[in-house]
Amino acid sequence: MSDYIIGIIKTGVWETLQMTFFSALFAYLIGLPLGVILYSTSKGRLLENRIVNLIVGTIVNILRSLPFLILLVLLIPFTRFVVGTSIGTIASIVPLTVGAIPIVARMVESSLNEVDPGIIEAAVSMGASPLYIILHFLIPEAVPSLLLGGAINIATVLGYSAMAGVIGGGGLGAIALQYGYYRYQKNVLWLTVALLVVMVMVIQEIGILLSKKKRKV
Amino acid sequence: MGNIYELQHVYKTYRNDGKEFTALKDVSLSVEEGEIFGIIGMSGAGKSTLVRTLNRLEEVTDGKVLFYGKDLSELRPRELRNVRHSISMIFQGFHLLSQRTVIENVEQPLRIAGISRKQRKEKAREMLRIVGLEEKENEYPSRLSGGQKQRVAIARALSSDPKVLLCDEATSALDPKITGEILELLKRINEERRITIIIITHEMSVVEKICDRVAIIDDGNLAEVGKVREIFSSPKSDAAKKLVFPSNPFESGTSGGKLIRIVFDGTRASEPIIANLVEKTGKKVSILSANTKSVGGIGYGQMVLELPENSGDQKIIRDFFENSGLVVSEVTKYE
Repeated sequence: MSDYIIGIIKTGVWETLQMTFFSALFAYLIGLPLGVILYSTSKGRLLENRIVNLIVGTIVNILRSLPFLILLVLLIPFTRFVVGTSIGTIASIVPLTVGAIPIVARMVESSLNEVDPGIIEAAVSMGASPLYIILHFLIPEAVPSLLLGGAINIATVLGYSAMAGVIGGGGLGAIALQYGYYRYQKNVLWLTVALLVVMVMVIQEIGILLSKKKRKV
Repeated sequence: MGNIYELQHVYKTYRNDGKEFTALKDVSLSVEEGEIFGIIGMSGAGKSTLVRTLNRLEEVTDGKVLFYGKDLSELRPRELRNVRHSISMIFQGFHLLSQRTVIENVEQPLRIAGISRKQRKEKAREMLRIVGLEEKENEYPSRLSGGQKQRVAIARALSSDPKVLLCDEATSALDPKITGEILELLKRINEERRITIIIITHEMSVVEKICDRVAIIDDGNLAEVGKVREIFSSPKSDAAKKLVFPSNPFESGTSGGKLIRIVFDGTRASEPIIANLVEKTGKKVSILSANTKSVGGIGYGQMVLELPENSGDQKIIRDFFENSGLVVSEVTKYE
């Protein structure tokens, strides 16, 4: 493999990490509150509210059921509006974030559902406000599970980021497509695949490690 | 002393999928400041629902729950949260934060009340000393035994200096020895800190050990309420009898024979009543079962006796017991 290709792959790894990191970050900034809303407005919970739960739930379900490739294409005008272009690493962060938000929201909701409702009841009996309960009881108790879910979500975003290569995003996905697929450079294809696998595994292991370290049960 | 709680005609109805279930029916009672008040009933009788109306974890469908004369259902959310600082609760499942250390758990109510970090720590340490766990402050709850977890929960409950401590089956998950220790701790807290304690339980032994008064809840109704001693010596309702007396597995061996139960309270528990019967009347009875227990240091007992077939003899025996001041009642199998 030429130095040129190796240089491109190095850049690709860096771009993939950037896309994954920022998309996951933004997806959590929006998806975490959405997950809390989904949890706390559902039946029998702290802020039970059927209408809010139905609206948020429906939006999340629609977004989640769209195949990511379709979402990529659909979001091109929106991406242009937000970052001024629909091509490149930064542009890919927009559809990646939008695609990851519903996944994060549902993952957060399911982590929160694992928290013993008795703890919430105890918090209510202590005179804690709903916001206090969410911040100081619910989320801290769910942290180990949230970390595990986080690792899964980041790995998913990483996989999606490869797809972003199709519509002009950067990263390893684009390299695999351009060099491996269009130019039949099998070794480039395999190398990018291997790198993606290693990255997913590292993320997953870090998640498990952090979760174990945090879990005091 | 005045009443800390007054319940007036409390009803609670659950509606689920069009079905209605009434968990509490017209419950009226009052709890005096400073006492240990027991609420006992079989599972599903509505006692847990009842205790949850006392801090409005459950809204009542009808009626009033007055806390120091204030109707809880009229409080706005913020006022209710403030009132809840003076109504602490402990649970069967402890409900400690598993991701927080013991002392952080104990600090929670103080944090909610907005107390400064330094004062919180001090107060939490003091509470842990009361429950005898000061050396465990940096452990996580998962490292503690059930009894220790409940002690932490008690320390947490006490940290906000509540007026009343609600205990929802607080000892039901613990073995008898640990239960005894926790009950002693509660008794001490009641005496030293003058905190009213309300205990929900399905175990008569818990009521016997520490309660001053008890309410018996049966199928959502208040069957009986009164001093523990009085209910032990002369339970009036069927629900109370069922709880106070062990079930009688015997039936009379002869066709005309009768079974009676005699109940004696502390003042007579030491008298040889059966020997007296034989000596004074010459009639004999056989003892099918008997037991005694100590309630607040006074012995209470009951016996199930089989009477002879002759109805004249039966009357003589019954009269003898009644004249001796015992409560006599006829029993059948499994009563």
